[in-house]
Amino acid sequence: MTHLLTCATFLPLIGALVLWWIPKERPAAIKTTALLASAGTFLLGLVPAVRFDVATAGIQFEERANWISLDTMRIGYHIGIDGISLWLLVLTAFLTPLAILSSWTAINQRIKFYYSLLLILETGILGVFVSLDLILFYVFWEVMLIPMYLLIGIWGGGQRIYAAVKFILYTMLGSLLMLVGILYLHRVCGSGGFDFVEIQAALRLQPNLLSFNEQLWLFLAFFLAFAIKVPLFPLHTWLPDAHVEAPTAGSVILAGVLLKMGTYGILRFCVPLFPQAVIDLAPYINILAIIGIIYGALVAMVQPDLKKLVAYSSVSHMGLVVLGIFVLNKQGMEGAIFQMLSHGLSTGALFFCVGMIYERRHTRLIVDFGGLAHRMPIFASFFLVITLSSIGLPLLNGFVGEFLILLGTYQAQRGLAALAATGMVLSAVYMLWMYQRTLLGPISIPDNQSLQDLNRRERWVLLPILAMILVMGLYTTPFLRRMDTAVDNLVQTIEGTRDYRTGYRVQR
Amino acid sequence: MANYFWLIPFIPLAGTVINGLFGKRLSKKVVGLLACTSVGLACLLSLWAVLHLTHLPPNARRLTHILFTWIASGDFHVEFQFLLDPLSAVMILVVTFVGFWIHVYATGYMAHDDGYYRFFAFLNLFMFAMLTLVLAGNFLLMFVGWEGVGLCSYLLIGYYFHKKSAGDAAKKAFIVNRVGDIGFVLGILLVYVTFQTLDFTSVFNRAAGFLVEESGGGVLTVITLLLFVGAVGKSAQIPLYVWLPDAMEGPTPVSALIHAATMVTAGVYMVARCNPLFSRAPLTMEVVTWVGAATALFAATIGLVQRDIKRILAYSTVSQLGYMFVAMGVGAFTAGMFHLVTHAFFKALLFLGAGSVITAFHHQEQDITRMGGLHKYMPITARAMTIGALTLAGCPLLSGFFSKDEILWQAVAGGHLVPWIVVWLAAGCTAFYIFRLLFLTFFGEARMGAAHAEPCQESPRRMTTPLIVLALFSVGIGYIGLPPLFAKVFHLPNVFEHFLEPVWQGPPRAPSAPVTVACFGQSVGNGEGFITLLSILMALAGFLTAWLFYLKQKDWPELLSHRLSGLYHMLLNKYKIDEIYDTVIINPINTISYWFLWQFFDVGVIDGIVNRTGQIMRGAGRLLKNIQSGYTRSYAAWILFGVVAILVYCMR
Repeated sequence: MTHLLTCATFLPLIGALVLWWIPKERPAAIKTTALLASAGTFLLGLVPAVRFDVATAGIQFEERANWISLDTMRIGYHIGIDGISLWLLVLTAFLTPLAILSSWTAINQRIKFYYSLLLILETGILGVFVSLDLILFYVFWEVMLIPMYLLIGIWGGGQRIYAAVKFILYTMLGSLLMLVGILYLHRVCGSGGFDFVEIQAALRLQPNLLSFNEQLWLFLAFFLAFAIKVPLFPLHTWLPDAHVEAPTAGSVILAGVLLKMGTYGILRFCVPLFPQAVIDLAPYINILAIIGIIYGALVAMVQPDLKKLVAYSSVSHMGLVVLGIFVLNKQGMEGAIFQMLSHGLSTGALFFCVGMIYERRHTRLIVDFGGLAHRMPIFASFFLVITLSSIGLPLLNGFVGEFLILLGTYQAQRGLAALAATGMVLSAVYMLWMYQRTLLGPISIPDNQSLQDLNRRERWVLLPILAMILVMGLYTTPFLRRMDTAVDNLVQTIEGTRDYRTGYRVQR
Repeated sequence: MANYFWLIPFIPLAGTVINGLFGKRLSKKVVGLLACTSVGLACLLSLWAVLHLTHLPPNARRLTHILFTWIASGDFHVEFQFLLDPLSAVMILVVTFVGFWIHVYATGYMAHDDGYYRFFAFLNLFMFAMLTLVLAGNFLLMFVGWEGVGLCSYLLIGYYFHKKSAGDAAKKAFIVNRVGDIGFVLGILLVYVTFQTLDFTSVFNRAAGFLVEESGGGVLTVITLLLFVGAVGKSAQIPLYVWLPDAMEGPTPVSALIHAATMVTAGVYMVARCNPLFSRAPLTMEVVTWVGAATALFAATIGLVQRDIKRILAYSTVSQLGYMFVAMGVGAFTAGMFHLVTHAFFKALLFLGAGSVITAFHHQEQDITRMGGLHKYMPITARAMTIGALTLAGCPLLSGFFSKDEILWQAVAGGHLVPWIVVWLAAGCTAFYIFRLLFLTFFGEARMGAAHAEPCQESPRRMTTPLIVLALFSVGIGYIGLPPLFAKVFHLPNVFEHFLEPVWQGPPRAPSAPVTVACFGQSVGNGEGFITLLSILMALAGFLTAWLFYLKQKDWPELLSHRLSGLYHMLLNKYKIDEIYDTVIINPINTISYWFLWQFFDVGVIDGIVNRTGQIMRGAGRLLKNIQSGYTRSYAAWILFGVVAILVYCMR
């Protein structure tokens, strides 16, 4: 399996191509093929997780090839993974089959196109996580926008066009600046190419290759693109609209994986390439992150729409992830990566749940529900576990990341940790309140009297996530250990830069 | 074999899993049997482990067991680690023993409920969480149990989820507890940063190297204050007590087990567990004493006038927890733990008795002013409740008397006179409210309305047996930890104190000077005797007042409530604390979040800017599109214009 990652990345795309050959009169075959392609991808994605070497600090499962070679520049097909990208790859491959399964009956129009888009989307996201060439990364980053745009724009709700356009413009604005940054990096330290590993090595050898001002601007160019994706307060307003309008599978992928591309980009590119700027700007970014945590939670609390509530809760949770990264120590960063995975699972599952009751009642307004637990006890139990995971109950996945981030934050700056900890209370407030108004109490609306509990397919959509919620809460070692060396590298880069700068100051 | 003590929490967990997954298909009998058996087994195993522990030399009574590494990141690592020492031994015995009898009782109390299996799955889950909490070997695992019991409390308070009030109460309990948990978590973080570990044994050993922070403000003071915030939430002290009275929405066995005997004492247990830290932080100890004393009196006064049988007991619990904190605060850890144990028995007894009454009324009536004379119909319940009331009120020679007396005496001996006066007054209120409850419920004439005209019946054996067992223990348990005065009289050693001795690792305390009291110019000899006498008199006063008000001069309460109507209504409305929290905290946050943060800032400002940018772009495009008209002549004109412009620029 020398081309493991390539196979995993492009298998969904091949699946999408196969779909075109299936006549549209056979929807079952279309769905099954899509499911099989994504399930196959998941199995392929598990291989690197199992065979991952925890002792190796560098890139694993690396593949290199020339893609475009001109006199002036080389664009390489360079892919590989390390402890930062490994689990995000697995998460993507894990959620996509479930997203496909969840669409089984919800999507009835242009089925073939829909499933093709989901598969293309998966290839785009996987590509983002494995790319080690900046142009390759950029290509995947942009490619992924198109299927998402179409998913929202075609199968979305009433305001879908507005939401889709907003989504794409917001994101493009950021990524264009990133492209400028990439080109600049290439000119200064790419030695003719765009290879991330080479650029990083060059910068590590000669930290003066980029002046501080250059670092600052480059950092901002990259960071803006990533911060929009995260989304970091105050760049978050595309998210509620996109979530509300997107079809269930779209929301799941959007919240589950797409947002993580932002924090992933920060960890992959911003921190190792521009450590000086990171150290200098971290205090300000942390303040934005804290505002995001509290602000997102407070606004989530007053949302009348289930999907918007979950969307704003994502703003809050992702703020925590950004905080974990920018406290710049090991516990913070590992907590951040762990929290990305947890949030992917729990928020993904929340959107699945919302989708399931939406499919039954065609409304997402909290006031239209109430007392569902009487008619849907299985759903209520599943939803409860997911809710608890989201509010960070110990022994479920959400707690581990949250606690590690708080620990990292506390070591860096105590006051910030105290502020971030208020998120613990606020998340309990909005989640439990939502749970109560949706599932508990008497059934006040007649339409809810005849609701059916989850069918077998729907249970199979949620069961794998529930299992992972428990596993990740109880047995964290396999996850954390695989992050260790990569995070150590990042921390060393930061510490090295700090030492270098204090040395520099002493010399002066 | 005693190394298998870590299995204790997992036996009830097995019950949860089986009942949770398959309970729907099992008969009620099997479900109940499974639940009770699992707790019974846990109780036997606990007994065995503790017996084993007592065979070890006192300083070796410390068993640890590590299951696996839970979280490890860099230098930080925390294990799934259990610790059995005398302190946790006491707790597991109380929790499993009282828990077992409450489980048995619940099989009767819940007999006609549809969610039978769900109830017992949750109740067993609670046992797992509570046992994890007390057996935890490090701060983070304790937090696991801590949040776990909070979750079960949430699930069980909200058990009757079709009622909105139940859902509200459950949510309130969880959220208020979480407020406390912020303190707990920050405390844990500071412990880690200070000691580089979260393991109890290592932390406390390292704490021995710290000086007593006489002036306050040191790191230990901060740690303990933060931890105490957590304890205030879980153990329902001022200002976070508001959730506990509402928690009475849950079924009565839940109130007995979680909201009286075990979970709410977790805060006390945590302070006792961290005694090496607390005893080196005098400022915190002062705070603990005052919060405890204030809560004890405050809650007792509210209890004076309430009418709901369970709410009276809830305020009583809040008040009694205050006593325990007073003990902790004055450094009398043994006394506090002793009161925790006796309270677990007699308060569980009182709650189960109340549940028995509620069952007799078919779950329709909880207002004691509409009961009365029940002792004729429910003799066992009435007797058990009487014993419970006497114990709580501090009737001499019953367990509650010994434990409360010890706390009062230790407060005086430690020189905390004002707190002593406060809790002494609270003792009077306690006697009054509990006998008021007793008299109104079981004695006097029957005041049931026509709806309950049929005579109430005694509860089935499944419910009365636990009452009898708990009543016996309420009477007898006190003799394991007699205060010095009575130890001499009865020639019984204080087993409890000796057993717990190795756990207290505070700095050596100066022996308090023997207090002798002069009264009316005469020395009445031993101070302890005098203080005890005062306590007895106070309890007697409370009892007599209640007797006078509710059995003799029955119009007096009415008259008094008119005469002191302001005070009466303030107490009846519970000092309006809930309303104050609503208007000062909850409503403003809600309004600000909705109108300012969301509607104004998010939708108005941020999105306004975004959309405005879009509009400007579109407007610009609309203007510029006029240039691209498609007419060659217009392009030619533009070219001409451009050429001229360039020429002008060049020739300038």
